[in-house]
Amino acid sequence: MGTEERRMEERMSDPRRGLEELGRKVLEQIMQMRNPKIELPIRALSNIYFDEKRKLIRLGDRKSVRTYLNVAHTRKFMQTMMVASECRKIIDQGVTTSIRDLYYALKRTIPETKENTFEEQNESDPIIEDIEAALNTLRENLNLKADRKGYLAGNMIIRDKEDEIDASRMGSSGWAIPSNVEPDNIKLQNNGAEFVLVIEKDAVWQRLNEDKFWKKQNCLIVTGKGQPDRGTRRIVNRLHKEFGLPVYVLTDADPWGYYIYSVLKQGSINLSFLSDRLGTPEAKFIGLTTRDVDKYGIAKNVTIKLNQGDIKRTNEMMNYIWFKPKEWQDELKHMLSVGYKLELEALSSKGIKFISEKYLPEKIEKRDFLP
Amino acid sequence: MQKTAEQMAREHREISISQFFEKNRHLLGYDNKIKALLTIVREAVDNALDATEEARILPDIYVKIEELEKEKYKIVVKDNGPGITVKQIPNIFGKLLYGSKFHRLKQSRGQQGIGISGCVLYCQITTGEPTKIITSTGKGKTHKVLLSIDVKKNEPKILKDEVIEDAEKWHGVQITFVAEGIYREHKQSVLEYLKQVAISNPYANIVFDSPNGRIEFARGVEELPKEPKEIKPHLYGVEVGIMTRMLEETKARSLAGFLTSEFSRVGKQSAEEICRKAGVDPQIMPRKLEHQDVVNIVKAIKEVKLTRPPTDCLSPLGSGFIESGLRKELNPEFVAVVSRSPEVYRGWPFQVEVGIAYGGSITEPAVMRFANRVPLLYQAGDCAITKAVTEIEWKRYGVAGSKLPEDPVVIFVHLASVWVPFNSEAKESIANYPIIIKEIKLALQECARKLASYLSGVRRAAAIKEKKSIFERYAEETATAIAELTGEDKEKIRNKIIEIVNERWSEVTDEANGEEAPLAETPTEEMNGNGGEENGRENE
Repeated sequence: MGTEERRMEERMSDPRRGLEELGRKVLEQIMQMRNPKIELPIRALSNIYFDEKRKLIRLGDRKSVRTYLNVAHTRKFMQTMMVASECRKIIDQGVTTSIRDLYYALKRTIPETKENTFEEQNESDPIIEDIEAALNTLRENLNLKADRKGYLAGNMIIRDKEDEIDASRMGSSGWAIPSNVEPDNIKLQNNGAEFVLVIEKDAVWQRLNEDKFWKKQNCLIVTGKGQPDRGTRRIVNRLHKEFGLPVYVLTDADPWGYYIYSVLKQGSINLSFLSDRLGTPEAKFIGLTTRDVDKYGIAKNVTIKLNQGDIKRTNEMMNYIWFKPKEWQDELKHMLSVGYKLELEALSSKGIKFISEKYLPEKIEKRDFLP
Repeated sequence: MQKTAEQMAREHREISISQFFEKNRHLLGYDNKIKALLTIVREAVDNALDATEEARILPDIYVKIEELEKEKYKIVVKDNGPGITVKQIPNIFGKLLYGSKFHRLKQSRGQQGIGISGCVLYCQITTGEPTKIITSTGKGKTHKVLLSIDVKKNEPKILKDEVIEDAEKWHGVQITFVAEGIYREHKQSVLEYLKQVAISNPYANIVFDSPNGRIEFARGVEELPKEPKEIKPHLYGVEVGIMTRMLEETKARSLAGFLTSEFSRVGKQSAEEICRKAGVDPQIMPRKLEHQDVVNIVKAIKEVKLTRPPTDCLSPLGSGFIESGLRKELNPEFVAVVSRSPEVYRGWPFQVEVGIAYGGSITEPAVMRFANRVPLLYQAGDCAITKAVTEIEWKRYGVAGSKLPEDPVVIFVHLASVWVPFNSEAKESIANYPIIIKEIKLALQECARKLASYLSGVRRAAAIKEKKSIFERYAEETATAIAELTGEDKEKIRNKIIEIVNERWSEVTDEANGEEAPLAETPTEEMNGNGGEENGRENE
């Protein structure tokens, strides 16, 4: 670990100090009669880069400055200080709260106006991300959590504080992946799983769970129900890092599905400062692809015609550096040339168990993946 | 019994003078009793101003209106002009269509010579009272004359002529009328007229004793405008009728000589070119021209390029005078004035001056129209000035209103000309000549641009104030949060923030005040809703 990284880890371990430092810096500027400002990393396409070595989307060095004496910033400036203060209070009280609770805790009417400090939760959520990025910390370290979204089933023992959970004995529902799955909260123990299969759709996950696919294939099945939340992405990251389990991703054959894969693999633009923890660069794409239609003799009538949005999005994705590998360029071009997309459920046209008994085993055996 | 043609003509005229007045009351400004008072004051004040200016005296005008009985008023107008010689009195006051101004081409207020004698006649018809004229030329003798008009003969009748020795050698004219009328102080009133006179003649000092008390319009500038010069007519403005009359009266012995001597800016070459184009011998005796020749000449004139008429016959007010007039009477917060270069309509030189006053004590929008410094209060709808004002897109200049401004804007438009093209004898509106409308519009637009830039400054200042209020609005919560984080006293932080806002807000305007630019490029937009947790999905 380099000194730089160690220092970052130290700061991460004490977000409370980071918050106080933020307050102290602003106070200092105010006392010196300067226009107070907060520096924030820019979390946008313009300030990310693709780390070719680690194969992750990374946050660049560019900062934006949020100043008090700028009408476009003043409100956000106030909100930033409010969120920072509230987070410190939560940490001091030793409780965990949801980001929705935080929103309500801070929402009030500004005196002599009809204006609220926060009108919608979508005003407070980005401020939390700003603070995470500015302090180089995690929401979880600020004692904040979001609603759970992901599920996991398979041969894995999970230790959630004093409770021990066997993910192979969770019935039809599976283990709900909490928002905070950092090692100090959640400890994992592999119970013979050999790989992780991440599935875009809950319905397909339930199908595979019912078929005991994870038992037959000695694996873990995970779903993020659409775009996976942080907890789901972090657990996949840990499963790969801690046990060296290969990660395979199963999504619809459409731009949205492919982008879910890309977020799991190399992180997202918005949370690019967390790519190390949320991305799994070694993940492989198992399907669906538009090439599967011919490969598995899937009827053309279960395909869906690409709409204008799909075509536009596909063209955009072809320009992303992380979709540059020729296999992906080939798939995206193929999708555009055949002009259709495909949902996971389309495989059921070959029989209800086709996916668990034929499609997935064959793909895994042949290592028929996209990088 | 047979009458001679001469007898018939005389009778015809005898009847027509009083009948002419009765029939044309509305054209002469006596359509109703309210307007009658205004017309009398207007005629007298116009004459007073013309006389003082011509004598290069700073005008001191005194006006008094006193109610004698119901709908019967005494009107007194007094000036400090050069006075009138006794010989002139009957002609000026007692004969319709007599005037020094009708036959000359020089910018002045009166033109037709019908005005002041019309007043005398009106008084006589409505109250039977003669008009009293007191005047002195400053040589120590003051004449008091009582005068009426013999309507049958169109001749003045001097009822009394009294001479008083005056040691102080006062000079000027004081006229007293007794007329039927109604006194009001609404928009088209004596009061409004005098106020506008005070604006367009800021070098005049006017005192008005109205039935409701004294109002003083103090002098704003201590100098007179430059004196206009007389000019000969310009060929471009001449019609066949006028040309025929001039050809009869000229002393020139050849057509070419006539053209060069009777008109301004016609050289020998131009004269010969006109004759050649008209197919008329330039050496012909003017009186020997046939009607068709005259028609051809007038037609040929249009094809010959002539130098514009000289413009020193015009006496524009000038930007300084207009601004001073608007400021002293309206007390606005902003004034813009534009004086156009002289132009020519039908051979007559004219010049447009426009002023726009905004805000301050002005509460109502208004358009003030002036011709040779005389306010025009009636027939606004027919006037070239109104037309030009309504053709301006005021909204483009930050002024509310679709045709006329609705914001507190006073628009001042002055047309100076040796021959103002009025729509009627009452001289209340200017005819719609395209070139005149164009000139007025150009001047209005230039003024409006200045106003727009001023208003945008004012509005910018308001925007800055709004910004300041934003900074103050968020200070409380910001201070509370910082206090919680640092343990510093909240009030102290808040006060300090307010202090920063007050001390540094001027620099705010210079700062980039857009979005945090880089953040505008959010992934949400980038993803176009089709991919990514940025839709907030993961947080729900």
